[in-house]
Amino acid sequence: MTIEFDNNLPIYLQIMNYIKLQIVTGKLGPGEKIPSVRDLAAELKINPNTIQRTFQELEREGVAESRRGLGRFVTSEDEKIMAIKKEMAAELLERFIGGMRELGFDNDNIVKIVAESVEEVRSEEGGSSRGTTA
Amino acid sequence: MAPLLEFESVNKTYGKKAALRDIALTIEPGRIVGLLGSNGSGKSTLLRLAAGLNRPDSGKIRVLGHEPGKASKALVSFMPDRPQFEKWMTVGEALDFQRDFFADYDPDKSKRMLEFMKLSRRDKASTLSKGMQERLQLTLALSRRSSLYLLDEPIGGVDPVARDHILDALVEFYEEDSSVIVSTHLIADIERIFDEVLMIRDGSLLLQREVEQLRMESGKSVDQLFKEVYAEC
Repeated sequence: MTIEFDNNLPIYLQIMNYIKLQIVTGKLGPGEKIPSVRDLAAELKINPNTIQRTFQELEREGVAESRRGLGRFVTSEDEKIMAIKKEMAAELLERFIGGMRELGFDNDNIVKIVAESVEEVRSEEGGSSRGTTA
Repeated sequence: MAPLLEFESVNKTYGKKAALRDIALTIEPGRIVGLLGSNGSGKSTLLRLAAGLNRPDSGKIRVLGHEPGKASKALVSFMPDRPQFEKWMTVGEALDFQRDFFADYDPDKSKRMLEFMKLSRRDKASTLSKGMQERLQLTLALSRRSSLYLLDEPIGGVDPVARDHILDALVEFYEEDSSVIVSTHLIADIERIFDEVLMIRDGSLLLQREVEQLRMESGKSVDQLFKEVYAEC
C-alpha cells in the first residue's frame, strides 16, 4: 500500500479513506483480513498509535470488526459496503456541487451540465469517432 | 502510575545565558514526541537534563518518579547529537561498550538494528560517512530496551534517502510501552510519525499538543504552524 499523505489533514482520516477505497473497489474483499497495526505502521511509515486510532474508528463505523486473537477483518455485510460507497459518493458530490456554486451555477444548470457531460462520455465510450477510452 | 517524564518549573542557565526558562511538561508512556525548535532554542539542554547529564538550576525533573541519577539513567537511552563512540572503535566495539554499561542492552535487537542499518561490526567508526555515523548512533541508542529514548537530531546531517531509512528504523524498533522524544528542526520530513509535539523558543515552552488535533483544528501541517509560531517573534 502506498499513500501520498497530506500533512495538512489528520493522518488517521487519510488512512481511513484509503482503506475504505480499497474495500469499495474490491482490493480488500468482504470478510478479508486487514494488516496488523505493526505491519501497516511499518509499511506506511506512520506512528502505530495513529494506525490504532484509524482501526478504532473503522470499527466504530462498522467497516471493520476485530475478532479476539485473530486480528481485524473487513465487514462481510454487503449493505455496509454499499453504504460506504454511497458515503464516498456523497462526499464527492458535495465537493462538486460546492465548486459549481462557487463558479456561479444554480441547481438547474448543474443538473443540466452533468447530464450533458454524462451523455458526452457515453458517446465517446460508444467508440464512434474518438476511441481514446478503454 | 507516575508519568514517564515530568518537568516542573525547570530553569537552566549557562553563565548569564538562560537556556531553559520555567519549563513544565509531562510525557506519558507509548508516545512519539517531536521536540521542535530552531538552533539554540534549548532542545539539547532539555534532553540532556532529562537524561540526567546536566542538573537544572531550579525546578524538579522525574523519570517514572525517580530523580535524575543512577536509577533514572538506567531507564533512559540518550542519543547525543555528536558521536558518543571513540574514533579507534569498530562498530562492534562501540556496541560492546554500550552492552557493558547498560543492563537493558538487548543483543538480539542490536543485531537486527545492525542488519537494518546495513552496518557491519567490523566497520571502523572513524571511516564511516556522516550518514552511517548517525545510523550507528541510533543503533547504539535503540539497542537498549529502555522506557524513554531521547534522540537529539537523529536526522540532522543526512540526505533524504538516509532520513527515510532512519524514520523507518524508529517506527520499526521503538517499543510500544516506551516513549521517544525526537528533537529536530526538519519538521516536514518527520511529522507523520509524531503523536504530539513540543515547540520551544528561546528556552521557553510555547506549546505541547497532539498533532492530529492541531491538523484538525487548523487545517495546517505542523511544519506550517511551526513557521507561523516562530514568525511571531
